[in-house]
Amino acid sequence: MIDLHGYGPRLFEGAMITIQLGVLSLILSVILGLLTASAKMSRSWILHRIGTLYTTIIRGVPDLVLMMLLFFGGQIGINQVTDWLYYQFDIDIFINVNEFVAGVLTIGLIFGAYMGETFRGAFMAVDNGQIEAGRAYGMTNWLMFRRIRFPLMMRHALPGLSNNWMVLLKTTALVSVIGLSDMVRVAAEASKATREPFTFMLIVAAIYLLIASVSEWGFAKLQKRYDVGFGESN
Amino acid sequence: MESLTQWIQGLLADNTIFTLQTLSYYGEGLVTTVQLVFLSLVIGLVLAVPLAIGRGSKHRWIQLPIFFYCYVFRGTPLLVQLYLIYYGVVFIDGIQDTWLWVILEKPFVPALIAFTLNTAAYTTEIFRGAIKSTARGEIEAARAYGMSWWLMMRRIVLPSAFRRALPAYGNEVIFMLHASAIASVVTIMDLTGAARFVYARFYAPFDAFLFVAAIYLCLTFSILYLFRYLEKRLLVHLKPSGQ
Repeated sequence: MIDLHGYGPRLFEGAMITIQLGVLSLILSVILGLLTASAKMSRSWILHRIGTLYTTIIRGVPDLVLMMLLFFGGQIGINQVTDWLYYQFDIDIFINVNEFVAGVLTIGLIFGAYMGETFRGAFMAVDNGQIEAGRAYGMTNWLMFRRIRFPLMMRHALPGLSNNWMVLLKTTALVSVIGLSDMVRVAAEASKATREPFTFMLIVAAIYLLIASVSEWGFAKLQKRYDVGFGESN
Repeated sequence: MESLTQWIQGLLADNTIFTLQTLSYYGEGLVTTVQLVFLSLVIGLVLAVPLAIGRGSKHRWIQLPIFFYCYVFRGTPLLVQLYLIYYGVVFIDGIQDTWLWVILEKPFVPALIAFTLNTAAYTTEIFRGAIKSTARGEIEAARAYGMSWWLMMRRIVLPSAFRRALPAYGNEVIFMLHASAIASVVTIMDLTGAARFVYARFYAPFDAFLFVAAIYLCLTFSILYLFRYLEKRLLVHLKPSGQ
């Protein structure tokens, strides 16, 4: 059996952090992505501009740089705001940026931009006749989104979504650089302490491959679900 | 040159963070980043072409190892690959006594190896897709001319596949530029490394990282426009007629 030098439980905790971080930032990025896609498709030019600016800047700068900017800069920014609140209104609060929350917010923010592009393309691929039919039934905008546009859009969005998730999963490794104890950080510490980098890094690589394979299977199932009615039979 | 230095100094007169000294760090970082990205892309490209051809081979013992290589390198984070190679080379028995150690001692070469292997895996998949989507008629035409397999690859399949792969390869180049920021983790003074240094020295995260983000943004746009220009030139024949 592989000797983990007692790092097994910490490695497991690290894997849990990686998964939690990945899933929570995926949820945040999907919400942000839907908002961005709506902003970019809206008739208001201000919303369109904001959406475009957001996706362009985020996709033009490395993840790691954004992460450091938001993580190191975030605390100073928040401190400046709370200081200002204290001097102006005598409100004394102290907010400490938690690494995990910062990680989720940063990764969510970064991938919201990628999701936005995916969803925009998918929304545009929805047949206009379907939306007109919904309108003819007197559906409200929200009901139409929920019953027609979202389910039909997901069919086109799923391949991109699954691709983004794979990239997001790998990006979570970067949080180890800003001090979060995910499995990569645990493995790096263990490698240095035990001088056995191959053992730990290969285990971590295998866990990433496992998560990727399981989610690939899950996405294939989802795709089948959303492809109902579009099968080869018609 | 003298007047330029003076002009810059005048411009930076009231600035405590962006002095000539720190700007030179960013300058050296830019050179390191460009070197790292350019070298890994070129070597990766050279590796990827035969791998992509082999990936489509009928023989399982050629196809499967390449599939496995691509699967592993595309399925794990670049940071893990970098750690594996960076920490890993130290523990190869007796390597510290050989001439190789002179090169491998510095983090640049392990980082270059990791980046090259990573981009080669992605590029292989891009090229494989492009080769697979070669029009059937083109291959049949080549066969009808009695071309050998090698001649057909060289004259028909690869040139058209390269062109079709261009948009996806442009994305890969930008991806690689962004991924190169990871090099700063193993103490390489690339652009991000310079930014981290300035941040640590002055405790000024906004100045340090926003400045470097702007540089990356400029680089990204340059690559984007270069590839858009190339696509315009090389993919003319795929455009709908009458445009």
